[in-house]
Amino acid sequence: MAALGSPLATFRGLLRELRYVSACAGRLCRDMAVYRHVVQAFRAHRVTEEKLCRAQHELHFQAATYLCLLRSSRLHLALLRQHRGRGPRSAHDTARLVGLALPSRPGGDGRQA
Amino acid sequence: MWRGCRRLLRAPLPPPPRPARGYAPPAERKRFYKRVGISRGEGGFEINLDQRKLRTPQAKLFAVPSEALAVAVAAEWDAQQDTIQLYAMHLTTLCNTALDNPTQRDKTQLIQAAVKFLETDTICYRVEEPATLVELQRNQWDPMIEWAEKRYNVTIGSSTSITGPTIPVSTRETFSSHLASYNMWALQGIEYVINQLKSFILSMGLIDRHITVEEAVLLSRLEEEYQIQRWGKVEWAHDFDLHELRARTAAGVLFTHLCLESSTVKHKLLQDSGPGR
Repeated sequence: MAALGSPLATFRGLLRELRYVSACAGRLCRDMAVYRHVVQAFRAHRVTEEKLCRAQHELHFQAATYLCLLRSSRLHLALLRQHRGRGPRSAHDTARLVGLALPSRPGGDGRQA
Repeated sequence: MWRGCRRLLRAPLPPPPRPARGYAPPAERKRFYKRVGISRGEGGFEINLDQRKLRTPQAKLFAVPSEALAVAVAAEWDAQQDTIQLYAMHLTTLCNTALDNPTQRDKTQLIQAAVKFLETDTICYRVEEPATLVELQRNQWDPMIEWAEKRYNVTIGSSTSITGPTIPVSTRETFSSHLASYNMWALQGIEYVINQLKSFILSMGLIDRHITVEEAVLLSRLEEEYQIQRWGKVEWAHDFDLHELRARTAAGVLFTHLCLESSTVKHKLLQDSGPGR
């Protein structure tokens, strides 16, 4: 069986990721269907005694998988935003890159009347 | 000749050819909705964006068999900020693939494609040098192959030759008949996971909950991890790939498990509407 750690840690991780999601949507975490679903699922499958329960392991595995999906998607998108290409540079930007500036036209850049 | 020149001068000049642009990122659609909801329809659970119903690229109604899956898809749509980043919505993409079936394959073809991957399975190909990598592969991959051989009662083996190990016909038949017990949706998910991890055995380990997604991704990228340890890591290449692979694999596994569990979800719904609650 896969080593999953404690269910409480998974639950906390999920809530943390869902808070990121709700911050993106600009809403309260409590108002989201997915938050209610996760909390309800964890509550409904809570066991009072430590028993080897296959169904519980299945649910925990699912929760851990969902946590992995949310966390990796967030990190992936963060890296994408930081490093993604923004198309070719303009001549002005390229010149600035090496500490040069494009010559300015004597009569302005033609926009003035 | 002069007349020809005059005609040329009078004719409007063709526009100068635009300089060939390098890669320009495709424009993303703006987020056109405010609230995301779920409703229960005839075909299953549907997603509502404000008052509109979500549709697939082939304009079919987006309806999924399990409520938990619909909730997760709705969360993906809710997580979009200003623009809709479809490339990062793996569960939605998987549902679209299952609904539209763009490759027009039936169940037998899907199973064939999945089992064919066994011949080129990542963890069956071994290197001969350097010695540390050989040992690492043996220590990490051999237990997975042993697990699969014991769990399905088959012979797989590993090889260092470029043609890979010879998979017996009985092994392929066993896996084919095992996969035939899954429904179409789950099979689409399994094939997706196999294509991400480039390994049939690791995918089956995930579907059977033998290993976690993080472990499977680590095993799938074992040689890359070895090179990273030796030569160092580049964030925008290695970390980027790692997180993307993890997200995609987790989406595929979750999708498969949720599609297999529609009966459990129905049971929970009955409980909720019962007089006891």
